[in-house]
Amino acid sequence: MTTPNPQLDAQGNLKHFLTIEGLSREFLSEILDKAEGFLAVAQQAVKKVPLCRGKVVANLFFENSTRTRTTFELAAKRLSADVLNLNISTSATAKGETLLDTLRNLEAMHVDMFVVRHASSGTAHFMAAHADPHVCIVNAGDGRHAHPTQAMLDMFTIRRHKPDFTRLRVAIVGDILHSRVARSQILALKTLGVPDVRVIAPRTLLPTRVEEAFGVTAHHDLREGVRDADVVIMLRIQRERMNSALLPSEHEYFQLFGLTEARLSTAQPEAIVMHPGPINRGVEMDSQVADGPRSVILEQVSNGIAVRMAVMSMCLGNQNLNSQGQGELFHG
Amino acid sequence: MANATRLSIRHGHFIDPASGWDGAADIHIADGRVLAIGAAPEGFQPDRTLDARGQVVCPGFVDLRARLREPGHEQKATIGSETRAASASGITTLCCPPDTLPVIDTPAVARLVHQIAERHGFARVLPIGAMTQGLEGRTITEMAALKQAGCPALSQADRPIRDTQVQRRAMEYAETFGLSVFLMPLDPGLSQGGCAHEGTVGTRLGLPGIPEAAETVAVARDLALAEQTGARIHFHGLSTARGVAMLAEARRRGVRASGDASMHQLFFTEEQLNGFDANFHLIPPLRTQADRDALRAAIAEGVLGAICSDHQPHDPDAKLAPFPETAPGISALETLLPLALRLVAEGVLDLAGVVERLTIGPARILGRNLGRIAPGQRADLCVFDPEAVWIPSAETLISQGHNTPFMGREMRGRVTWTLLGGRIVFER
Repeated sequence: MTTPNPQLDAQGNLKHFLTIEGLSREFLSEILDKAEGFLAVAQQAVKKVPLCRGKVVANLFFENSTRTRTTFELAAKRLSADVLNLNISTSATAKGETLLDTLRNLEAMHVDMFVVRHASSGTAHFMAAHADPHVCIVNAGDGRHAHPTQAMLDMFTIRRHKPDFTRLRVAIVGDILHSRVARSQILALKTLGVPDVRVIAPRTLLPTRVEEAFGVTAHHDLREGVRDADVVIMLRIQRERMNSALLPSEHEYFQLFGLTEARLSTAQPEAIVMHPGPINRGVEMDSQVADGPRSVILEQVSNGIAVRMAVMSMCLGNQNLNSQGQGELFHG
Repeated sequence: MANATRLSIRHGHFIDPASGWDGAADIHIADGRVLAIGAAPEGFQPDRTLDARGQVVCPGFVDLRARLREPGHEQKATIGSETRAASASGITTLCCPPDTLPVIDTPAVARLVHQIAERHGFARVLPIGAMTQGLEGRTITEMAALKQAGCPALSQADRPIRDTQVQRRAMEYAETFGLSVFLMPLDPGLSQGGCAHEGTVGTRLGLPGIPEAAETVAVARDLALAEQTGARIHFHGLSTARGVAMLAEARRRGVRASGDASMHQLFFTEEQLNGFDANFHLIPPLRTQADRDALRAAIAEGVLGAICSDHQPHDPDAKLAPFPETAPGISALETLLPLALRLVAEGVLDLAGVVERLTIGPARILGRNLGRIAPGQRADLCVFDPEAVWIPSAETLISQGHNTPFMGREMRGRVTWTLLGGRIVFER
């Protein structure tokens, strides 16, 4: 069944940013190009552009996050929007308020954009389906499903180092099963034309039929998996996955899947190493790699602001177009 | 509502799979029972004649699994609202699972359900008793008393027993009184936290999965126990090709096991989950095209002897949340007939065959004298127009639950009259 892409308006412009799925290569490239323009804003003495002045952005985080929330906040502020930060995990839902009640109440305060993070897959789609037509939803991570701005900032970072996606070999290492980051990265890489995407993990951390579902190759041996790779992306392992039926111990995980200089030796000499953060040093990778010359981890963080500025300004810019269109309709 | 004691239904196409009738015949009814089929007895003067020209006359449908939500969940639906919806759908007998509040684990609750249903008078309701007290999977219920109170079978609803020894003992104790057990085969550990088939679609959407093995492990366990104990078991809502194949194989060896399919499992697959529409959140989950095709074949061949609605009405709030957090289930009574007719249109079964799976098929599984039309038999029957087109909407649906993916979609086939014990309980 083909459902119309809920994140595009009737003219094909970005209305919400929910997932990479269904967006074209041209569309993703446009986001990356736009982000290039915003990168310079951080270098200015006054780190602000007036693109979203008068707009209200609410960060609605139902899961704890420091990095993502902070970069979204900075991105909105650099666009001159007003920002509300709501840490919902400790407020409304604890009092029994439903997600829709929270949305409705904030809509009543004339919020223009919601940046939403939630533990359940499909939350951003649900919010977009029920939000007032003039409101934009940006997915900041829903369950295991998607984290599209993270994927786009990773694509942005890769492109700055390896401009031609169609020649790349990319290895993603770690907990693919629970990772919304990995799902969005894979979709973005495939859409941008990367011919060789590999996922590397023990069987317990790979989703069923991952090769078929995403068109990737699965590996269980780190050295084999990163062989000749141009980009190695390490994923965060949640502590609660350890000492369970998924993984026996941090020790064994690091022995087999932890990235060290020695294990990276089979990759391309100019390979870059990425991690969405926060890093568990000594579990996913050792400090030598994390702080080493091939690591672009801190660049990812800076780039995250520019990419989020691009996405937010596109959604909010189209919102202006949409509401103008409505105005004309009423006058007509 | 007319309550004529003598009725004739004339000019209809009469289908009674139990006797093999499939053709033009009039039905004459007196004092709640079928008096004659074909010519009226000498001197018979009906109080009312129903003109069934262009319509099908068949036994009232027997639904092996429909949640009525009362007692305990009246915000979702009531016995009154749902039996009325059943009567509008040609269903004259429904079995309701024991997961009410309180649970149907004592004769008092079983009788309460019975009495409320009788007071409304739209359909026969047969409450399925719980296998274990509170459905907690530890202590078995007073099964003899539940049988006395009218429970035709026992079940754990959708809370399978974890402890295999308890499962075995419950089956043995039930068999002592000739009660069969209705089982939803789902391994509790393998299905825990899952809300979608563990396959390519669930993987892409990042929805926690319920693997095929969650069903096959439970089917294997329960078939082995049925073989060991000689108990009679019935699997509800099988969802996998492999689960159905295991049932077919066991039946060939003489294991006393039967199975049914939920109507929506014969139409939808995991692909419907794209877009996160909570109306497709089902347990067991919608699986692959190959599974759906195998279920259709099993229904056609009779490995699965019944199709049930698996009606699960919900209040709107139960579906207004991100997909994994919504309550599973479809409000399904009123689309049962149109979907059955779609199975005919798609060549799965002929009309008599699909009527069989909705009438005498489930009646045999229940072991009750229902689902057929013969002289002397209680006159539970329905008359439907197979060509009538209608659209489910908040206005047309009678069920309190509007959680159906067919909302706003054109349906073909609609009930004109439903008779319960010779009484017209629904007419359009």
